[in-house]
Amino acid sequence: MSKNLRINNKQFIDETRKLSFIFNGKKLYGYKGDTLASALLSNDIHLVGRSFKYHRPRGIMTSGSEEPNAILQIGNDDALTEPNVRATEIELYDGLICNSQNCWPSVKFDIGGINNFLSPLLPAGFYYKTFMWPASFWEKYEYFIRKSAGLGKSPTKQDPDMYDHRYMHCDILIIGGGVSGLIAAKIASDDNKKVLLLEDKELLGGSLIYDDNDISKIDNQKSSEWLKKLIENIKNDKNIVIKTRTSLAAYHNYNFLLARQNLTDHLSVNDRNNKIRQRLYKIRAKKVIISTGAIERPQVFHNNDRPGIMLASAVKKYIDYYGVRCGLENVIFTNNDSAYETALSLHKSGTKLNAIVDIRNNSSSEIVNKVKSLGIQIYWNHTIVNTKGYKRINKVTIMKLNDKGNDVIGKKIELNCDCLAISGGWTPMVHLFTQSGGKLKFDNKDNIFVPDKTNLNQLSIGSAKGDFELDDVLKNSIKDTKKFLQIENSNFDKIDIQCSKENEKKNIWLLPSDKPLSKTKPFLDYQNDSTAKDIKLALREGFKSIEHVKRYTTTGMGTDQGKLANMHALGIVADTTNTNMGDLGTTTFRPPYTPLTFGTIVGRNVGQFFDIFRKTPMHDWHVDNNAKFENVGQWKRAWYYPKNSETMHDAVQRESKAARESCGILDASTLGKIDIQGTDANEFLNRVYTNAWSKLQIGKCRYGLMLNEDGMVYDDGVTTKLGENHYLMTTTTGGAANVMSKLEDYLQTEWPELDVFLTSVTDHYATASVCGPNAKKIINKIFKDLDLSDESFPHMSFKEVKLGNINCRVMRISFTGELSYEINVEASYGKYIWEKCIEAGKEFNITPYGTETMHLLRAEKGFIIVGQDTDGTMTPVDLQMDWIISKKKYDFIGKRSLYRSDTVREDRKQLVGLLTDDPNEILEEGAQIVKDENKKPVNMLGHVTSSYFSPTLKKSIALAVLKEGKKLKGQKLLVPMIDKTIKVTVSDTVFLDKENERING
Amino acid sequence: MFLINCPYCGERDQSEFVSGGEAHIARPKQPTELNDDQWAEYLFMRKNIKGIQFERWNHAHGCRKWFNVARDTSNDKIEKIYKMGEQPPKL
Repeated sequence: MSKNLRINNKQFIDETRKLSFIFNGKKLYGYKGDTLASALLSNDIHLVGRSFKYHRPRGIMTSGSEEPNAILQIGNDDALTEPNVRATEIELYDGLICNSQNCWPSVKFDIGGINNFLSPLLPAGFYYKTFMWPASFWEKYEYFIRKSAGLGKSPTKQDPDMYDHRYMHCDILIIGGGVSGLIAAKIASDDNKKVLLLEDKELLGGSLIYDDNDISKIDNQKSSEWLKKLIENIKNDKNIVIKTRTSLAAYHNYNFLLARQNLTDHLSVNDRNNKIRQRLYKIRAKKVIISTGAIERPQVFHNNDRPGIMLASAVKKYIDYYGVRCGLENVIFTNNDSAYETALSLHKSGTKLNAIVDIRNNSSSEIVNKVKSLGIQIYWNHTIVNTKGYKRINKVTIMKLNDKGNDVIGKKIELNCDCLAISGGWTPMVHLFTQSGGKLKFDNKDNIFVPDKTNLNQLSIGSAKGDFELDDVLKNSIKDTKKFLQIENSNFDKIDIQCSKENEKKNIWLLPSDKPLSKTKPFLDYQNDSTAKDIKLALREGFKSIEHVKRYTTTGMGTDQGKLANMHALGIVADTTNTNMGDLGTTTFRPPYTPLTFGTIVGRNVGQFFDIFRKTPMHDWHVDNNAKFENVGQWKRAWYYPKNSETMHDAVQRESKAARESCGILDASTLGKIDIQGTDANEFLNRVYTNAWSKLQIGKCRYGLMLNEDGMVYDDGVTTKLGENHYLMTTTTGGAANVMSKLEDYLQTEWPELDVFLTSVTDHYATASVCGPNAKKIINKIFKDLDLSDESFPHMSFKEVKLGNINCRVMRISFTGELSYEINVEASYGKYIWEKCIEAGKEFNITPYGTETMHLLRAEKGFIIVGQDTDGTMTPVDLQMDWIISKKKYDFIGKRSLYRSDTVREDRKQLVGLLTDDPNEILEEGAQIVKDENKKPVNMLGHVTSSYFSPTLKKSIALAVLKEGKKLKGQKLLVPMIDKTIKVTVSDTVFLDKENERING
Repeated sequence: MFLINCPYCGERDQSEFVSGGEAHIARPKQPTELNDDQWAEYLFMRKNIKGIQFERWNHAHGCRKWFNVARDTSNDKIEKIYKMGEQPPKL
């Protein structure tokens, strides 16, 4: 590594800031301003990775996001390491640690390289074809395939970095800070538009900023000098917000875009502390200008993938921008004029250029003539037929093309080189345009897809729309931007541009070789190791759609998403099938444009913010009293309160016994509560519930069942008549928001004539439910003046009382079958009233119980839980709740569906009780019920929906839905489990207190 | 991500809204007079066309009002927004 590949160039590299980094365990140096790729190249390192399938040595090929080979594992920390990072994009920082991927034991000696010699046995579709048979062997194959799949290693620990999201709004969003984007930004700003300018590199200016030839001139200045002045101007422009190191990830409909800004990845690890790593911008733009530029295409020939083979534009950038020579003996291979700029840069930097190989017959453009005048050898009408050098290119073999360009003729010529710069023309970056729904058209002249139709307020300019010559780029950008923004004049109208004009074009998608195709390796997709042979094989095997060819050969499916490979793949398909490329179309470009970390996508929504939860006003008391919590919707509900070393079963048995024998207390604050007011409130309830509400008196409560229009049970709850036109409806905890939305929907869209107002008051009230034989005594201690006699305050009634200054709504309603009072107070008094109940109940051993005990208590009484015993396919009749369907009402939601031919079937699944023959055997919820388990296939009759051990009944009880269940009462059935079969008997759904006597204490 | 011009609040992000399916399917006034097929037509049958579709949308995380949207399903362009009770526009 003693070669000095760094040339003097202090423009973009700060040679006073030397940075050390470690590549595959070796300490190396670069400078501030380098990318990891340029730093590696300055140390004469090309070989950085192994290809995915054949494990061929691969080197740095590009200088941007299209890089297929130089993808490295960054960092060695279990939490912070990041796989598949493009060395061409990551800025060098002091202490950077990186390693090659997909090789073992090392990148220089990789055992997997044997695949290269087995490659004739590994054609496209090899895995599909080989590992399918016999089908039962898949599990064995999978183990080995999984081990060899994948590139880098994922971090194994939680990502400790901070990520952020921010919304942004602008008049004009400009994507890409190259010359056309900068001109558009200035024109828009001069028109007083608010401009947001995104650039994925650290500096503005695109490729023109380091342009160093004397041919391109703008307003009689060197083009890069002219551009620098424009950038200074733009940086001081108050209308323009510039975000650098910010790459656009996704362009959605309605000009909604996502961009990712890198904030700390270029800093040394110590400087990152407490800083946000990346920020995701969610952008709404009135208008969008896409100036994302173009990327250079490689050429497709035998062994075109060796380390040292690079895009010509990248070789130029490494010299002109980073001051790094990619090789000391260079050869250029091209089909267009742009590579001659690389020739000039090589020459100017004093780097040896052995020859230029050009597939065209000749060219006489200004830039080519200039190169000719320098005495550089140009092989016209020649192609490369082979390259040599396993870990670094050392020779190319060239031959003359025949007239048709489909074969080679004459003698082989060998040229020495340690760097081969290739150029196959340019591909406009239309990814974002197509992501946004835009349609492309094919330009036969340049063999490119360019933006055509769009439904959005957007414009593509510069090389992103297919302009490649400096004068076209500038003049069309100015003209199109003005038209797009409806501006008459701009400060660029008199711009004067001098540049070389390309006058010869020639393109051959798959270059001919002296060997038959089957003996060559012309790579298309470097990362996925797919070759032109694979494409042709796919076509022979009958794959016609380009989407199918892509998936079969995996062309374009690497982390670079085919940025380099796709055009050649399309071209070869078109040539082979004699199709016009425009008719073939492209594969779909999907977001993100470059990979995003999960951290950026989730932003701050991690840990406790991943899914916010709701707490009742009594939550702290539950925590203090050792409650275990259950998630119900977004609520945290107390599940059970274990004492000492109690298991859940122990705690539930104790809690439910206490509730039945003395007194229990439940936090019922989470139930949905809807305040209903208006002169038509009663009519409204009649329409939304199955039962009749007309005769409900003020101060009384009624249970209601709500259906969907399809007749299936949707929700249930108790509604209290507070006043003449005033009701308080309760809903299930999980269904509250949906019920509210459904009721609003009917009111606004079907029954706008009704005078009804709905207000969600779920969060406004806290509810303590006190139940058990001693409940009355406790309530009496708290509300001394309240008459609790059955005459004055019967079951299903309501009283409004005051406790000091606190307004309390007390309902005598029961979900446990016990005498029970629910005290509703304003939420801020919730904990106070709860503690008051606990204090008053102390002498009765009042026992707080959670949702699990609540479920057991109600199951003993056969009360359903919507969503547990129902699943959207149960009618009230299926639930044996015929009594709640009003016969008198003309209509209510779902009524008509209750006598559809399907809902009146008698063999529907119906709710029943189940008792196990062994009273200590507890069924599993969800277990299947069968009649005969020997007759195959076994006929499933239904399943268990709720199952508990009842301490009061001293036996196991269950609810289940069962086909024709109503008729099966008393029948013996089976519940087969994995290790045994449980015998059960179908029973009534009410297990305890069938006479409803406990309700009166 | 659509930008929806709520007739009561103005332009808001799609994330504030929920879609309520096809519009202009009025609940029958006399369901009991309908046979099973007629009721099923109301209950289950919905169009799924490529082109202009009339839909109900609700500004759920805003004013909670329902309104109608004429949307081109081929490109998601919202052609027209109009209030509940208004007739669908001719497009």
